[in-house]
Amino acid sequence: MEVEEVERLPRLSRVAVCGGTHGNELSGVYLVRELLKVKKKKKKEEEDEDGGAMSVLLVLSNPRAMQQCLRYIDTDLNRCFTHACLIGPTLDKTPYEMRRARELNAMLGPKGSAGAMDLICDLHNTTANMGLSLITYSDHDWICMHIFRHLQFIIYTSMEVGPQPHGVVRSNIYTTMKSGVQYMLDWVHFFNSGVIFDGGFMDVFTVVKHIDYPRDGETHNITAAIHPQLQDRDFCLLRPGDPLFQTFSGETLRYTGSEPLYPFFINESAYYEKGIALCLARKRRVKIPSVRVQTEEEERQNEQRYTSEEEE
Amino acid sequence: MSSFSSCQSVREARRVAIFGGTHGNELSGVTLVHLWMKNGTEIQRRGVETRPFITNPRAVEKCSRYVDTDLNRAFTPENLSAPADGQLPYEVLRAQEINRMFGPKGSPDAYDVIFDLHNTTSNMGCTLILESSKDHFNLQMINYIQKALAPASCLVLLNEHPLLKYSTARSVAKHPVGLEVGPQPQGVLRSNIFESMREILKHALDFIELFNEGVEFPPCSVPVFRVSERVDYPRDANGNIMAMVHPNLQDCDWEPLNPGDPMFQTFDGKTIRYQGSGTIYPTFINEAAYYEKQQAFVATRRETLSANAVRKA
Repeated sequence: MEVEEVERLPRLSRVAVCGGTHGNELSGVYLVRELLKVKKKKKKEEEDEDGGAMSVLLVLSNPRAMQQCLRYIDTDLNRCFTHACLIGPTLDKTPYEMRRARELNAMLGPKGSAGAMDLICDLHNTTANMGLSLITYSDHDWICMHIFRHLQFIIYTSMEVGPQPHGVVRSNIYTTMKSGVQYMLDWVHFFNSGVIFDGGFMDVFTVVKHIDYPRDGETHNITAAIHPQLQDRDFCLLRPGDPLFQTFSGETLRYTGSEPLYPFFINESAYYEKGIALCLARKRRVKIPSVRVQTEEEERQNEQRYTSEEEE
Repeated sequence: MSSFSSCQSVREARRVAIFGGTHGNELSGVTLVHLWMKNGTEIQRRGVETRPFITNPRAVEKCSRYVDTDLNRAFTPENLSAPADGQLPYEVLRAQEINRMFGPKGSPDAYDVIFDLHNTTSNMGCTLILESSKDHFNLQMINYIQKALAPASCLVLLNEHPLLKYSTARSVAKHPVGLEVGPQPQGVLRSNIFESMREILKHALDFIELFNEGVEFPPCSVPVFRVSERVDYPRDANGNIMAMVHPNLQDCDWEPLNPGDPMFQTFDGKTIRYQGSGTIYPTFINEAAYYEKQQAFVATRRETLSANAVRKA
C-alpha cells in the first residue's frame, strides 16, 4: 500500500485578522471591533487556553476611511503593498494609504522577512453575489488550501446569502463571516496541536482576465449594464454566445470569448473606476498533500538549513 | 360614506422635470437622465415640455451621495433665502440655483411636476413618495401608474409627518413625486432596477399627456404607507451601533412588524425585539445612507386616501 507523504510545515504562531481595509466594507469592520471587545473581556482566559501556541492580532487597517465610511481616502490601501510602494520615502505629499501600508508592513511584516506574520486573514465585502469566497495567491500554499477545504461547508451554504452594499452591514453576511473566521482560527489551533490533515483534491478558480463595460467614446460613461441573465450569477459557467450586457436601448451584447469561463466580481461597485464589469476564471482541480505541523526538532533543522543557505 | 365628490380642476401640467443624480451614487437616475439628455425622444409627450436634469453634478462625478451636505435636505426656506457667498456649502448654492431654474418654490412660476429619481439599498421594490395627502393630481397619477404596472407592484410612501418630513429637491415644483427603486447598492447599476424606473416614468408621462388632453379621471382610492416614526440602531455610549437589523426583518420592507417580533441582532448574536404598542410597516430597512442619519428603518402605518376626480382646468 502506498503511503502518501505528509508535508511538514512550520507552526503558525502569529496570525492576524484585518478588517476595514476598505472603510465601507462593514462586516469586517464590525467583526474586528467585536473580536477586540471579546478579547479585552476574556484576555486572561485566552492566554491560558492557547498556552502561548498562537497569538491573534486584530487590526483595523484603514481607520480614516472607516471613519468616513469610504473605500479609501487618497488611494486604495489594498493596492499599496507592492515592493515599490513599501520602500519609498515618506513625504508630506505621500498619500494617506501609502503611509498606512508602511505602518502595517512594519506591524505585520516586514513582507518577505522571517519575522512576518505567518497568516493574515483580510476581511472584505462585495456588491457581487459571491457568497463566501476565499482568495489566495498561490495554489501551492498548502496552509491556505487546507483552510479553504475546512471552510467548504460554509462556502456551499453561503452562496445564498447574497451580496452586501457598501456602507451596510447585513446580519446574515456578518454571521457567515464570523463563522468563517472562527473555523479558520480553529483549523490553525488544530494544526498547531499536531493534527494531520489528509490531502485530496480542491477545485480552485484562477483569474484569466476581466471585461469592462462598453463605454461612450467621449464621456467614458457606461453604455450598458450587466445583462439580467448574468446579474448575480457569479461562478456559474459563462459560455461563448451567452448574454453579457444589455445596452440602454435594449440590445443584448454577448460573450465573444472562445473559451467557457467562470465569471465573478460581477457588478462590484468599486470596480467601475478600475474598468472592470466582471472577472473571468478557469476552474481547475488541484491536488493538495496531507499536512502536519513540524515538530520542534524539524523546526530547528529547518532553521539551520535556512541559515546555512543564507550564508552561502 | 361620502357621496359624490366634485371634480377638481387642476391646471395643465405643461412643464415637467426629471431629476437624476440628486444623490450622485444612485445610478439609475443618473443613467436615465444622461441618456435622455443625449436623446429625449422616449420622454417626449404631446403638449408637455419634459426636461431631464442632473441636480448634483459634482456628486455624480465623485460617485458619492453628496459633496458637502445632502442636497435632498437642502431646500429649506432658510437655505433658499441665504445670501449666496463663498461660505455656503456646495449643495446649498446648488439648491438656490435649482430653485431659480425650476421654482421659485411656492410661486405660480414653478414647474408643474418634478420626478426625482432615487435608488435605495433597502428591498423596497418600486416606491412612489408623496409629500401631501391632498394633492389629488398626484394621487390620480399614482393610481394610473399602479394600474398600468399591475400585476407588478408599486407602493406609495407618504411623508407628511411635521417633524420627519424634509425639504426635497422636488419640493420646488407644484406636484413633487419621488421615485425610489431598490434594492441596489450605491455606485452600482442593476439592469432590472433601471428598467423598472424607466417603466414607471413612461406611465407617469402617459398620464400627464392624457390629463393635458382633457381626460377626466374619476374618484379613486389610493392605499398608502404613512410615515409615523424613525427607528435608530441600538447604540453604545460612544454612538457606535451595537446591533444589526435582524435577519427576520432584513429585506422585509412593507411587511407587518408586530410587538414582540425580532428587530435587531447584536454582534454577539442576541435578539432585540420590537416593543411598540401596535403593528407597524417598516420601510427603508438598512438603507446605507441612513446610518449617519440615525435611522435603521422608517415605521409606517397603512392608510387609504381618497382622490377626487380631476380634470384639467
